[in-house]
Amino acid sequence: MNNPQLDKNGKLKHLLSIEGLPRAILTQILDTAESFTGVSEREVKKVPLLRGKTVCNIFFENSTRTRTTFELAAKRLSADVVSLNVGTSSQSKGETILDTVDNLIAMHADMFVVRHSQSGAAHFIARHVGPDIHVINAGDGRHSHPTQGLLDVFTIRRYKPDMHNLRVAIVGDVLHSRVARSEIHALTTLGVPEVRVIAPKTLLPVNVEKLGVQVYHDMAEGLKDVDVIMMLRLQNERMSGALLPSAQEYFKCYGLTQEKLALARPDAIVMHPGPMNRGVEIDSSVADGNQSVILPQVTYGIAVRMAVMTLLAGNSEAA
Amino acid sequence: MSLPDAEQLLAKLADDIRPLLGKNTALVGIHSGGAWLAERLQSLLGGNIPLGTLDISFYRDDFNRIGLHPQTKPSHIPFEVEGSHIILVDDVLYTGRTIRGAMNELFDYGRPDKITLAVLVDRGGREMPVEAQIIGTRLAIKPGENLELVRDAAGAFHLKLNEAA
Repeated sequence: MNNPQLDKNGKLKHLLSIEGLPRAILTQILDTAESFTGVSEREVKKVPLLRGKTVCNIFFENSTRTRTTFELAAKRLSADVVSLNVGTSSQSKGETILDTVDNLIAMHADMFVVRHSQSGAAHFIARHVGPDIHVINAGDGRHSHPTQGLLDVFTIRRYKPDMHNLRVAIVGDVLHSRVARSEIHALTTLGVPEVRVIAPKTLLPVNVEKLGVQVYHDMAEGLKDVDVIMMLRLQNERMSGALLPSAQEYFKCYGLTQEKLALARPDAIVMHPGPMNRGVEIDSSVADGNQSVILPQVTYGIAVRMAVMTLLAGNSEAA
Repeated sequence: MSLPDAEQLLAKLADDIRPLLGKNTALVGIHSGGAWLAERLQSLLGGNIPLGTLDISFYRDDFNRIGLHPQTKPSHIPFEVEGSHIILVDDVLYTGRTIRGAMNELFDYGRPDKITLAVLVDRGGREMPVEAQIIGTRLAIKPGENLELVRDAAGAFHLKLNEAA
């Protein structure tokens, strides 16, 4: 099988999607991230692993949180970091993606973190670069956002260590969400027995059942007895055409309120990848409530990205 | 060669450490053998000395050659390093590279007043200017051989010598 993420020895070379990642590598990333959580709590929040390496964040699409956490992760590994918002620079002057990348390689970049509105952009760059350069997909179109999926399962594992005994519900705009796909793949790979998706028919991809999930259209049924509720952002900016009557109507049916949360298990945790639309997919009292782990997700995001960068850099051809 | 009894060496370490204990003393063991030893030393020395563990995977000097160690464990330092006297514990002192990494990591928690190195076995073969102050025993082990501490099901320690692969 030709898996562009792995080198000939089966080691992780690029992180492009969670699909096709063996369970052993997933577990290794999560275990390594566990060690990095402590680093961020110390007096000196840095380790010397990527000293002398240059990490380039190329964001063809804006995302402040994702870019910031990647930047911090690289800096805490002692790498030099350059962040480019390409949407506002060369591309608007007509430069192609590969020209942008080649220019950065000429500046001796060692790793690229790529965000693009087109699915497959990170794969495209990964195929282009030489053997010692690593590519991390930081979100491509509707396709994949692997580090978000990883940090979500890392958060779940921290709060609910027994993954083989969990019911997880993913609620909302699965159709436009690259996070949902990454989450579903990670959860099923790690042996979570029951993953549910809850959404109106218009916000579900065709054949979503084939991803190994149970489909619900009603919150009251879908949330019953779940341990984890993963809310998705209603992707307003991606919404084309009339998939929903109105945001108010959506909140009434699918917004997570205290009443709906009460249907889940009493110790259920509530997650959201951000940025939140308060009052659309989630009520403020839930987002700020004591079952919410939304801010810990952000904190763990740094440790998980440090783990991914370290494993990639440690698997260089010379290594 | 016949190897010395690890439990007797451990008792000797405890005896040698005891006079050094002060109010800021803490034990830090290096994963995994040193962490086991530090845990046992804590109970041999009365049980209320602060105890920490280090996994130096993030500080190894061979990361660029061999990548990350396949299994890393979180380091755990549950006391104030600033101003402390740390007894750093490891099972086998060899090249000195592990100790260099461990000291670098400790300094990222704070500035200790003093670090004392205690090892069960000094096998020679140093590549760094690192020496232990407290030594269970010195053994001459050939470069190709691997001396390690093992812990049996009952929790007792043994030294084990393996030929290099």
